[in-house]
Amino acid sequence: MKTNAVNLTEKEYLLPGNRTCPGCSLSLAYRHILKALEGQVIVTVPASCLTVLHGMYPVTSVDVPCVNTPFASTGASATGLVAGLKALGRKDVTVLAIAGDGGTYDIGIQALSGAAERQEDFIFVCYDNEGYMNTGNQRSGSTPLGAISGTTPMLGKQQNQKDMLAIMEAHGIPYVAAASATHPLDLYEKVRKAKTIKGTRFIHVFTPCPPGWRFSFGDTIRMGELAVQTGWIVLYEVEDGAFRLTSASESIARKGSLRPVREYLMEQGRFNNITEEQISELQERVNARWKRCLDRVTNL
Amino acid sequence: MINKKLDRKADIQILDGNHAAALGAKLSRVQVIAAYPITPQSPVTESLSEFVEGGDLHAEYIAVESEHSAMAVCTSASLVGARTFTATSSHGLAYMHEMLHWVAGTRLPVVLACVNRAIGAPWNVQNDQQDSISQRDTGWIQIYARNNQEILDSVIQAYKIAESVYVPVMVCYDGYILSHTEMPVDVPSQGDVDRFLPPYKPHAILDPANPRNYNLVTLANPRVNADGILCHGYMEIRYLLQEALQKSRETIINVGQEFGKLFARSYANMFWEDRLDDAEIVIVAMGSLAMEATVAVDMLREEGHRVGVLSLRVFRPFPKDYLIEALSKARLIVVFDKNISYGSEGATCSEIKSALYGNRINAVIRNFIVGLGGRDVKAREIADAVRKSLPSLEEGGPNIEYPEWICHM
Ligand SMILES: Cc1ncc(C[n+]2csc(CCOP(=O)(O)OP(=O)(O)O)c2C)c(N)n1
Ligand code: SF4
Repeated sequence: MKTNAVNLTEKEYLLPGNRTCPGCSLSLAYRHILKALEGQVIVTVPASCLTVLHGMYPVTSVDVPCVNTPFASTGASATGLVAGLKALGRKDVTVLAIAGDGGTYDIGIQALSGAAERQEDFIFVCYDNEGYMNTGNQRSGSTPLGAISGTTPMLGKQQNQKDMLAIMEAHGIPYVAAASATHPLDLYEKVRKAKTIKGTRFIHVFTPCPPGWRFSFGDTIRMGELAVQTGWIVLYEVEDGAFRLTSASESIARKGSLRPVREYLMEQGRFNNITEEQISELQERVNARWKRCLDRVTNL
Repeated sequence: MINKKLDRKADIQILDGNHAAALGAKLSRVQVIAAYPITPQSPVTESLSEFVEGGDLHAEYIAVESEHSAMAVCTSASLVGARTFTATSSHGLAYMHEMLHWVAGTRLPVVLACVNRAIGAPWNVQNDQQDSISQRDTGWIQIYARNNQEILDSVIQAYKIAESVYVPVMVCYDGYILSHTEMPVDVPSQGDVDRFLPPYKPHAILDPANPRNYNLVTLANPRVNADGILCHGYMEIRYLLQEALQKSRETIINVGQEFGKLFARSYANMFWEDRLDDAEIVIVAMGSLAMEATVAVDMLREEGHRVGVLSLRVFRPFPKDYLIEALSKARLIVVFDKNISYGSEGATCSEIKSALYGNRINAVIRNFIVGLGGRDVKAREIADAVRKSLPSLEEGGPNIEYPEWICHM
């Protein structure tokens, strides 16, 4: 049965009132991820906006067991949780590692790659706000070409984003998915599916960030929708090598076409200084990825 | 005095230090091992893998991709309630630095074997103690072994200590000099070790049945929780770690005595004494160097000098008060350090000086930096250094401000 707003787990594990900014889509994503795991989970979190969301001792905004771990160590921390639970004969708990793009693409890639190569049995969620937001918005390996950040303050970033999803797929892990916080039911279903699979499972979650990307905090959902409609992100999953488009990306592939990426870029202050050449380059990247997706898709 | 409850009288095996450490971990029934190879520690990882693959040890062996990850695995595994072990050396320990702080801050009883090795640059795989000394402020208990028997015994005791005070323990032993040198080791039976070391009972545990959030952002000042109860701030949490280390001295001694009763090898103090009773000259050393110092004392005694050795077994917590008694008759203390706190002096020398402060012990202290990067330290050289220091005994007077080096400079 498809998940809808009515049959979604009612229980909340992310309690009302946390320290994220207004309009933060991380909060939204985390809420649905925890719902999907229904409390039978141990979470490990590195330094990030999520640390802030979790609150300040002795008050926390989550109702699941959690360990905060140093920035680089998320994949290893998850490995340790899995190993400890296994050593103690506990089979009923899912281990969830959840890190920002910095904690995944950059400083955390070694521990994550090592764990994926060892096929450690946990779900790794990367929530991607395309920058180091916790430290005030500096560039990361996921900051897009042309985007202004604290360390690309005038010219914008001169390099393209790292393709982390491809990197994770190349590890030969059983499940890789791309989701968006702004499409919570699709995200929820992906986490539910991941939960039933053994081995390292990687879910990339696009998380628009109003202050970092410079758009109004009431526009978070619209930003995610635009991202999907323009092909800036594609919602899909790869299960044992079989590629499926999902949710709005599947609909676009079935009927219609992508809107120009310019429409997405123009909505955000971080692209104020982007050049025409950069827009064309980004459009070409989007087109190429969309073509790759259509070439691989098995569910149309 | 052999305890009647012992399974066997003795099982003497010829072991190098690394195998003694691995066997210590196995006998302690570790449940999760995460380690990354580095010279001269690698054989520890290999023999533990062999135990696990061969079915002799029921543990999860995680061949991680770095030492940082090794310690992160141990941290998280410990937090779900497993007994954990890792081993490393030198650059590996340095690479773990962030996690060493984290483990101690989380108050987890992780045990680490540090096979002491010099640290680069330049590259050097031989022994000194710069690696573990550089980590002295991370909140770990540090125990140094003089021989392979002590390595095995210390690993087993380390779990009992760590799990009593919730402070991680580092068992340090000299690379090559011990790690790759075979000597007879009395290996206790599993049954006896089980009698000594009960299964790990965690004080904190991650469990969905009782959701808790560990290591949240914590402000400097105390703060009230949802029930209106005032909880510790960062400062109080730090204070408690310091207090735990301070109080662990008693635990370390008790555990050592209990071990002694069961295995007839007593570890009743945090340092070893050799001919201190009448000594006016005391050599201070740590690890295998203390064995060499004992030979030097033989030589110096023949010449009529009243010399003894105080060899430090526990460096953190530093056994300050306990040392005073042992040093009370000393007029000259010659401290040998296989490490250097650049711009200052050897770390044990600083500690000894600070222990003596205010205790009316009017001894002159000389400090010699020796054995860095595996430079051989001969008993003769130790004796020479003591002889060189003898004029201070006559003249009394000011301590020499800078350490002297036994090298070609
Ligand atoms: C070793 C280390 N280096 C730097 C930091 C500082 N730091 C904390 S969070 C962060 C950025 C986090 O970025 P990301 O993972 O993308 O998560 P976000 O804050 O964007 O949610 C940085 C640089 C740290 N905590 N540890
Ligand atoms: S900076 Fe962005 S990701 Fe971080 S809390 Fe604010 S909105 Fe959320």
